[in-house]
Amino acid sequence: MHEDNQEDKLYGIVAEFDDPDALVAASQSAYDKGYRVMEGYSPFPIHGIDDALGIPETKLPRLTLAAGLTGACTGFALQCFASMQHYPYDIGGRPYFSWPAFIPVTFELNILFAAFTTGIGMLLLNGLPLPYHPIMNAKNFDRATSDRFFLCIEKTDPLYDEGNTREFLENLDHKPLDVTEVVEP
Amino acid sequence: MAIENKDHKDLKPVAPMIEQPHTYETISDAVGSIILSKPQPVGWHIMLGIGMFLASFLGISVAYLFLNGTGAWGLNMPVAWGFAIVNFVWWIGIGHAGTLISAILLLLRQEWRNAINRFAEAMTIFAVACAGMYPLLHLGRPWVAFFILPYPNTMGLWPQFRSPLLWDVFAISTYASVSILFWFLGLIPDFAMLRDRAKNIWVKRIYGAVALGWRGSARHWHRYEMASLLLAGLCTPLVVSVHSIVSFDFAIGIVPGWHTTIFPPYFVAGAIYAGFAMVLTILLPVRSWYNMKSLITDYHIDNMAKVMLATSLIVAYGYICEAFFAFYTNNQYEAFMMANRFNGPYAWSYWALIFCNIIAPQFLWSRKIRSNVWALWWITIVVGIGMWLERYVIIITSLTRDFMPSSWGTYHGTPWDWGIYIGTLGFFVVCMCLFIRLLPLLAVHEVRISQHNMTGHDHH
Repeated sequence: MHEDNQEDKLYGIVAEFDDPDALVAASQSAYDKGYRVMEGYSPFPIHGIDDALGIPETKLPRLTLAAGLTGACTGFALQCFASMQHYPYDIGGRPYFSWPAFIPVTFELNILFAAFTTGIGMLLLNGLPLPYHPIMNAKNFDRATSDRFFLCIEKTDPLYDEGNTREFLENLDHKPLDVTEVVEP
Repeated sequence: MAIENKDHKDLKPVAPMIEQPHTYETISDAVGSIILSKPQPVGWHIMLGIGMFLASFLGISVAYLFLNGTGAWGLNMPVAWGFAIVNFVWWIGIGHAGTLISAILLLLRQEWRNAINRFAEAMTIFAVACAGMYPLLHLGRPWVAFFILPYPNTMGLWPQFRSPLLWDVFAISTYASVSILFWFLGLIPDFAMLRDRAKNIWVKRIYGAVALGWRGSARHWHRYEMASLLLAGLCTPLVVSVHSIVSFDFAIGIVPGWHTTIFPPYFVAGAIYAGFAMVLTILLPVRSWYNMKSLITDYHIDNMAKVMLATSLIVAYGYICEAFFAFYTNNQYEAFMMANRFNGPYAWSYWALIFCNIIAPQFLWSRKIRSNVWALWWITIVVGIGMWLERYVIIITSLTRDFMPSSWGTYHGTPWDWGIYIGTLGFFVVCMCLFIRLLPLLAVHEVRISQHNMTGHDHH
């Protein structure tokens, strides 16, 4: 570790705001300016930031639908197999394929599969759990879960240029509280 | 949910959703400091002490039950379902308010739910845990409880998929696991807040581990909000299905007083009714001990009281339908069942039920009563008792007087029945105390949305 001490890894440049609307406006300006590899950080979901940052629509609903259908089919097939094939039980000549009685379990498995796919799918698509992320080195970032709003333009952005990007962030309409570099130790 | 601010011009709330002045920071502080710095108030210690005392009844009664079998209970042949099922249905019903608040009110964009959903969801989970004990204990041989699950076994047997009791197993286990999932996902951003505010390194590490590295990224929030919306959409039919299936335990049977189609809707309404009563029973004292009146305002309390009033009227409609159908069907068994409820040996429980569930909540029409915390608190206690009596009436009056007079009998809970019931109450109270101590009482990130909607737009 000691040999790259003098040259710490730069992650990006971050602007700090105390107002969610300022973050949305800053994101929009950065997007209009042509920045793409950037991310907003906020203590609660902000209306309109998805469009400002150009975040594409998530595919989570399709996953949920697929899992729900899988769950329903699994539940129905399980009951049909058990009650018709593997352990048919004649109760006064009633039909083995008594599908109305199979609906509750089918429905519950539909919900079970869909809900867990939604929850776990959301976490995995977000790349969580992830105990460490470079942005956590940003100044004041422990307030990103409480009352501060951050916009980080990352070094990997094609338009990223140390001087210009800093100048752009410092001269936004909503003045940020602070503009700092995020450096990985 | 990024809910947009709407002007409710025609609707004058009794208090604002958040009493100002509050900032994002003071909201974090109000909730975070309960866990991280403040000593707990005297009320919390008293509640925990009472809860632990009562919970010890559970340990003793369950130990006695395992040593002696279900004969320790007051069960007998016409009444093979006694307190166990009464308490099971009562607890499950109480849990439903949490799902209603967290899921259905989210879909209906009722923003006031933000301050109370975490609390109500915690209640759901603990209430379902209490409910789940009863069927397991009632098995008599709880160590073979896994027989009710469909799994490949050397006996070549399968559970009976046409039985409502099996549907119950699937409904309750799905409900419990999905509720825990929804609750945990809601907690993640708040765990991250606690991680970032904690001073003690171990506290920081523990909350950091359960926060899963949440950093409030906009892309994450985007998927997070979609997941919340989808889960709310899934939980809404789930909660309705769960109590409908619980009511099928009765409605699919042919016992007079049970075999009726009004059961699913009236059970669901009753569940919400009992659940809101329980939320208020615990929330009213907790709100005052922790000085939360600026975040859980009189507006929230007023709305919950109104939901109770509305559901009490639905339940009243259910009772009227039961009586009407009993006479209208011209079925002698049904007619006798109703006459027996009015005048039979258990008539005291029926009339007490009518008083608790229909007459007492009518006071809630008055805004004065709704805003008087003591009056409201006593009404919630009465409603809780009333909803317990409802299940008692359904089960005991019908089973003690079914078709054949030769099989009629009587039923009374033994001290062991009461011991387990009181014990689960204690267990529930202890769980709520630990929840208040260890987890954020309010969904902080959602309360901040309300704060943003109230003040954020005219900032600068």
